[in-house]
Amino acid sequence: MANDVWVYIEHKDGAIAPMSFELLGIGKQLADAFGSSVCAFVVGDKVDDLAKEAGAYGAAKVYAVEGDVFKGFRGEAYAKAAAFLLDKYKPEIALFRATIMGTDVAAGAAAQLGFGLCTDTIGLAVDGGKVKMTRAAFGGNYSVSVVNEKAAPQIATVRPKAFAMGEKDVSKSAEVIKESFALADADLSTKVVEFIQSATSVNLVEADIIVSGGRGLGNEQGFTVLQQLADLLGGAVGASRAAVDSEWIPYEHQVGQTGKTVKPKIYIACGISGAIQHLAGMRTSDCIVAINKDPDAPIFKAATFGIVGDYKEVVPKMIEKFKSKLGK
Amino acid sequence: MKIAVCLKQVPDTEAEIKWDIPKGTLSRDGMDSITNPFDEFALEEALLTKENYDGEIVAISMGPEGAKDVLRNALALTVDQVALCTDDAFAGSDTYSTASVLAAAIKKVGDVDVVFAGKQSTDGNTGVVGAELAAILGFSPLTQVAKVRSIDAAGKKIVVERAVEGGTEVVEAKLPAVVSVIKGINEPRLPNLMGIRKASKIDIPQWSAGDLGVDAGKVGAAGASTKVVEIAVPPPRGAGEILKGEIEEIANTITDKLIDLKVIK
Repeated sequence: MANDVWVYIEHKDGAIAPMSFELLGIGKQLADAFGSSVCAFVVGDKVDDLAKEAGAYGAAKVYAVEGDVFKGFRGEAYAKAAAFLLDKYKPEIALFRATIMGTDVAAGAAAQLGFGLCTDTIGLAVDGGKVKMTRAAFGGNYSVSVVNEKAAPQIATVRPKAFAMGEKDVSKSAEVIKESFALADADLSTKVVEFIQSATSVNLVEADIIVSGGRGLGNEQGFTVLQQLADLLGGAVGASRAAVDSEWIPYEHQVGQTGKTVKPKIYIACGISGAIQHLAGMRTSDCIVAINKDPDAPIFKAATFGIVGDYKEVVPKMIEKFKSKLGK
Repeated sequence: MKIAVCLKQVPDTEAEIKWDIPKGTLSRDGMDSITNPFDEFALEEALLTKENYDGEIVAISMGPEGAKDVLRNALALTVDQVALCTDDAFAGSDTYSTASVLAAAIKKVGDVDVVFAGKQSTDGNTGVVGAELAAILGFSPLTQVAKVRSIDAAGKKIVVERAVEGGTEVVEAKLPAVVSVIKGINEPRLPNLMGIRKASKIDIPQWSAGDLGVDAGKVGAAGASTKVVEIAVPPPRGAGEILKGEIEEIANTITDKLIDLKVIK
């Protein structure tokens, strides 16, 4: 029988966010195909609440390493503990979210175990007794599927929102297995001395709706109206490289090959021509709305809905309609 | 202080990449190559570190012979030494093999205090080589670095700011460290003509698997644990619908369609 499928539970200071359990859905599907179980694994200073929640999201077992040294998030320490668990239990595959935190832990753990990993995975399927991992390559113009034959376990980081969340069922609970893994402060070479909360707290990767602007906005004031639309819809503001390079908006908003890769449910591109480098970061969005004055802009080829027009007229009109239809 | 910087040659980000699917290789004909944009920030950070703290810079690249161009550009910007890790055995390396080769090169350089790298390449896009390199070398892993606050080579200490989810983390770490930097950490400078002319005359040392003491069977396609089993062209997005009419009508239609998706709360 195949080994279990493991899902890493990402968290900051033990805070429970639904997205932490996102991968238990696809993990369950893979485990079903193998005839094994989906299990969670978690590292932290207090893990009981996270373990309980992981059970409700479908984990059969939760493997945990707990200790004061794991207070806050320390990629280095978390990677060591994760590598220890993966080496001890050798699941079939371990899935991490392709976030900054998840990638730090996955890459560190894989290197300690001595093999490669598949990053930013958008497809997972059991094929020939192994999990085949698919990722986008070269701006999404190609997809490449890989199998890590020598690795035990295989490790993948998975693009947030690439798979549907599993259902939560509070009647379900998981068996919790706590492993002792001794790690002292002296064993670590990094220490977080301060955390400065971002004033804008842009979290493009988690956003369901993104309103994005490019060179066609003409100036930085263009982002004011985009922000209004984003606020109204509960979304975030994104930008193309051209807009960031023009210093109209900070880099943390950039979507594309040299920015963030996003997969929101709705992506509204305003004044963005749709260069390859931008499309690479957003072409897997569920619904793309393109607003551009140039009817020949390549963005229209990727768009679900295209509007040939000036964002300065279209966006305020959309805001007006949304306000009346949504009663806001 | 001894500073190393890892540079990768990548296809121009404006170029459309063509893959020869049956062969599983890139069609490089007529394709322009550039220094990975993120690595330009790493190189600039190395230059700034040298200026601020004194020291020497060794720029390392791994790739085919053509990757010399990337090192020549670094020489034009006055790095002190360069080395190209090149060997047929390196072709087809996965992230771990790549990190292993770079780690061997950094060990060969010796006594390196800080390694700068870009946070990811724009072709492979994995964004994990920096973290793997740190793990293999046993150096402090510092990823997503938006600012280097201070480096104290004598005290073996570095303080950086990392751009993470929801804010900025100030991290103090022991040296040696691998620092992978994000866009915007600095403004990369351009080489001047004199620098370019000087660089064009310098011979670029090449390090093979043997020179690096790397087991050829453990790197490249032979050593990669990740095997490509399929390359495909994803189905194109369905032809989009262009909304036509007066702006009032268009705005009415698009807002209806978006509300129907039941995503907006």
